[in-house]
Amino acid sequence: MSKIPASVSWRSKDDIASRAWTGKKREYDLFKELTVGVIVVGVLVVGLSAVFSSPDEPSVTLKSWATAAPADFVATATAELGGTSGTAGYGAPYNNTPDVGQKLGPINLQSLSGVQIPIDTAVDFVTGPLSLQANPPQALSTWTAAATDQRASWTSAYTDALTKAPNNDPTQVAVGDYGPVPALTSSLLAMAQQGALDGAIQGEGGFFNLDYTRSILFLGDGAYFVGLADGAHLTGDQWGMMNETGNYPGQSWLWLFSFWYQVPVVGGAANADILVVGIMLLLTVLLGLVPFIPGLRTIPRWIPIHRLVWKDYYKRR
Amino acid sequence: MVNTILSIPSDITGGTYFGWGSFQIQSGNLIVIIVMLVLFVLALVLPFPGNKRSK
Amino acid sequence: MNASGSIDEHTESEVLHTWTGKTRQWLVKRLPADKLLPEGQPSYVSSWIYVFGMGAIASLIYIIASGVVLSLNGPTWYHVSGLGHFVNSSHLWSVELFFIFMVVHLWGKYWMSAWRGGRVLTWITGVISFAVSIVAAFTGYLLQTNFDSQWIAFEAKDALNAVGIGAWFNVANLGQIFMWHIVLLPLAVGVIVALHVVLVRARGVVPPLEAASSDTQLTTPDEVSVGTLTEGSVR
Repeated sequence: MSKIPASVSWRSKDDIASRAWTGKKREYDLFKELTVGVIVVGVLVVGLSAVFSSPDEPSVTLKSWATAAPADFVATATAELGGTSGTAGYGAPYNNTPDVGQKLGPINLQSLSGVQIPIDTAVDFVTGPLSLQANPPQALSTWTAAATDQRASWTSAYTDALTKAPNNDPTQVAVGDYGPVPALTSSLLAMAQQGALDGAIQGEGGFFNLDYTRSILFLGDGAYFVGLADGAHLTGDQWGMMNETGNYPGQSWLWLFSFWYQVPVVGGAANADILVVGIMLLLTVLLGLVPFIPGLRTIPRWIPIHRLVWKDYYKRR
Repeated sequence: MVNTILSIPSDITGGTYFGWGSFQIQSGNLIVIIVMLVLFVLALVLPFPGNKRSK
Repeated sequence: MNASGSIDEHTESEVLHTWTGKTRQWLVKRLPADKLLPEGQPSYVSSWIYVFGMGAIASLIYIIASGVVLSLNGPTWYHVSGLGHFVNSSHLWSVELFFIFMVVHLWGKYWMSAWRGGRVLTWITGVISFAVSIVAAFTGYLLQTNFDSQWIAFEAKDALNAVGIGAWFNVANLGQIFMWHIVLLPLAVGVIVALHVVLVRARGVVPPLEAASSDTQLTTPDEVSVGTLTEGSVR
């Protein structure tokens, strides 16, 4: 009998695994087990919570960003105006940008979703909020009246000048033809530092607004927010997906998701996200279908860890 | 956990990380993974008490 | 349930005509009371590895309980209340324990090849509950209303947009994610876990991989026909 390898088949047939057990039984009180489990887990939960608490790093606001890193804020605002920021060129679902989005072969799923959450970075992040002020800057009408090409040349000249300025400091920028751009960005900086910009952008969604898409995208276009995340090991190339701030355990169950981003062939690909999501969906399906996959389902027989699980049973055969 | 209430987070608390090259693991996650492996091994090795037979 | 003699004892002899009656008949046949709430288990159910499924369920109870308290007070309560912060911590740690126990449970069941003998749906519902729990936990991280959730929303949008669902599952939309986290996903986890547990009870705990019909534990207690059974054909 022992010569025949044990079956790892999922099928229900006339064997011991498929029949109701008619052999020896032992007392096993499920409700008692549940009660003991609830008590033990309760002690653990209360103990861990009391000893280790939980992380809560305060949110970044446009105000805190503008205060802590004004140069970065101004550079980002310029990019939002000029349409050169990450969000401005993101494409679907925020705006129409030709030839962006990750492709799976010929299919661009991102573009297929269409513009569902329209965001015009110049208007939504800069000129719109500025126009809400009691005394909107004069520069606003200059900007509004200017042609698209003119706007682009102003913002691009100012972006270059900011890069060359000492510490990228907007107050130390060389003289140049930047049109209304410095006035607009410095007004926006002042507005943000006063704390008025957070409400202005969030208010674009109406009185009740639980959608933080605009505010978060604006934050993410700058270097400050990303720098904070980078400093706390939270970015994608640092296995950040599974990390939590401080030493708190995070979503360690995302280790495999995170892992693929570290594999150069996958993580470095132009369509890395789509590849990783695809691989993970496939692997999850495969995990569910392990009982049907020859080889994968046979490993437990080849590496007989089950002899430890059932050591009592095998001892008393 | 020291949580200073500041309107400006000067920095986000980073944890202790262990790693080799591009592989980086945060201490909390490492502990959780070690705990899972230890529990698994202990569950297999430790004798299960109370072999009360009812039949 | 072919080839399962014990089940026939519970079959009602009468032929029922109503949908309700037929459903009851089917349910009682599949899951009689002594199978749903048994007082004993086969002798081979004797290892610490068997407690981790129950550990995960116990953790789930604490996740739901702490989650209900957080729900009563809203997502920003824990920033300003000491009690709130403690409840938030319990929510975090019960989730960590839930995943720890669930993963050890999954490892155990894999090495037992617990899908054997018509238990494949138990395995599949287990994997689905693991996958859905991961999504549920992820939405929880988005609801912390702190730096971590801001960052996760910013970072995670790209993968969701790349596959074309970011507009409808918008991680930066707190209201939407709130509903996913406190209504839709807990319901999904609850239903799948319940189904998983019912399937375990209906089909019983998988016997040892190398159990043979000549084993004394199978032959001694009951008068079972031995010797003629051949199990273990390899697929």
